[in-house]
Amino acid sequence: MIRVHLPAHLRTIAHIDGEVELDLDGTVTQRAVLDALEERYPVLRGTIREHGTGKRRAFVRFFACEEDLSHEEPDAPLPAPVAAGTEPFLVMGAMAGG
Amino acid sequence: MSGVRVLVGTRKGAFVLTSDERRADWEVSGPHFPGWEMYHLKGSPADPDRIFAAQSTSWFGQLIQRSDDGGKTWRPVGNEFAYDGVPGTHQWYDGTPHPWEFARVWHLEPSLTDPDLIYAGVEDAALFRSNDAGATWQEVPGLRGHGTGPQWQPGAGGLCLHTIIQDPRDANRLVIAISAAGAFRTEDGGKTWQAINRGLQSGQIPDPDAEVGHCVHHIARHPERPDVLFMQKHWDVMRSDDGGDNWYEISGDLPTDFGFVIDVHSHEPDTVYVVPIKSDEHHFPPDGRLRVYRSRGGGNNWEALTNGLPQENCYVNVLRDAMAVDSLPECGVYFGTTGGQVYASADSGDSWAPIVRDLPSVLSVEVQTLP
Repeated sequence: MIRVHLPAHLRTIAHIDGEVELDLDGTVTQRAVLDALEERYPVLRGTIREHGTGKRRAFVRFFACEEDLSHEEPDAPLPAPVAAGTEPFLVMGAMAGG
Repeated sequence: MSGVRVLVGTRKGAFVLTSDERRADWEVSGPHFPGWEMYHLKGSPADPDRIFAAQSTSWFGQLIQRSDDGGKTWRPVGNEFAYDGVPGTHQWYDGTPHPWEFARVWHLEPSLTDPDLIYAGVEDAALFRSNDAGATWQEVPGLRGHGTGPQWQPGAGGLCLHTIIQDPRDANRLVIAISAAGAFRTEDGGKTWQAINRGLQSGQIPDPDAEVGHCVHHIARHPERPDVLFMQKHWDVMRSDDGGDNWYEISGDLPTDFGFVIDVHSHEPDTVYVVPIKSDEHHFPPDGRLRVYRSRGGGNNWEALTNGLPQENCYVNVLRDAMAVDSLPECGVYFGTTGGQVYASADSGDSWAPIVRDLPSVLSVEVQTLP
């Protein structure tokens, strides 16, 4: 079971209360987590990753285990505590804009 | 009992203002989508309970929301705006080629007759169409395929398609406008387009006959006289009597010919409203006095409407989509400001009052006249 923590705006539009819990098969990667997240909440397509290219949106960052994972390869394994569900995968809005 | 529903998009949410036909007392609903930029909301003329809203942030991009109960509840529909083919480049501010990139939806225009058909004008400029009430969107490819696309350049607010006008006589006839490319017209449902900018003068362009490159701010038209168009551009208020083939200036005795909004009285096709703004550098009303100007003769001669509007120390702007009229027997006129006020007149502009104030900066105002 993977835990995903989303920013408030995305929880609101997806009607999510608290963290999302996802069950994944295979290697737990950024891409696998986001694919599963978008599969369950189609409204989030295009809000975290761009349509078409699948690139992370410029003002969105990914963190876990006090590490910035924003620039990791999408298919790189996420830290073991994330895969084990003891630490959440954090999707954050960058501190920009107002 | 008939009434009015005013749809207000702001920098930080949407608001729905409702009143009966007297337009004296207003109920304010909102903020809907708090914290999100709501560039535009518009109801379907074919089904007044169906309202579309363009919702975006820099962080999470574009969403389109739809209500089927007059704005009480909303649900997100499709938000994928994929350009047709290879997007190519347009001019950047410095004149160099810049890749076409989707940024946001500026304007939503539901069909006059089909509640499932809606157009979207987007930045970087393109026209999209949905035949399934917003679930999926397809670019109308003929517009950017017109051939002048590489010459289009952004205005200060971006390269935005902000005006979409349908011809009530023929659903295949559309007029659109882009800042800063100009106006275009199709007569075959978007397959082919013609630039309609003859007569527009743009000081920044050395060629007075330039086909594109004009900073059109907004175009309005009275539904009963579709061949007459009124335009507020970066400089100059313009009029065309032949569907856009030729334009001539009607700025006349306005204190400044710069502004963003322009609209037409719902029952008097020659009564036109603008809000002059001091210069393209300042973007606030001359002398700190907020005045709507009305011409009852189709332009040139304008009267200042001041009754109920702040006449000192007022430095707000009125953006291009932030004025609308209702169609009650005595025409109501509405506009919103970057200072968060929405002003209304229930007597064609003779007197004004704020129906709500202290909202976030207003981006758009649309009105539905309810049966």
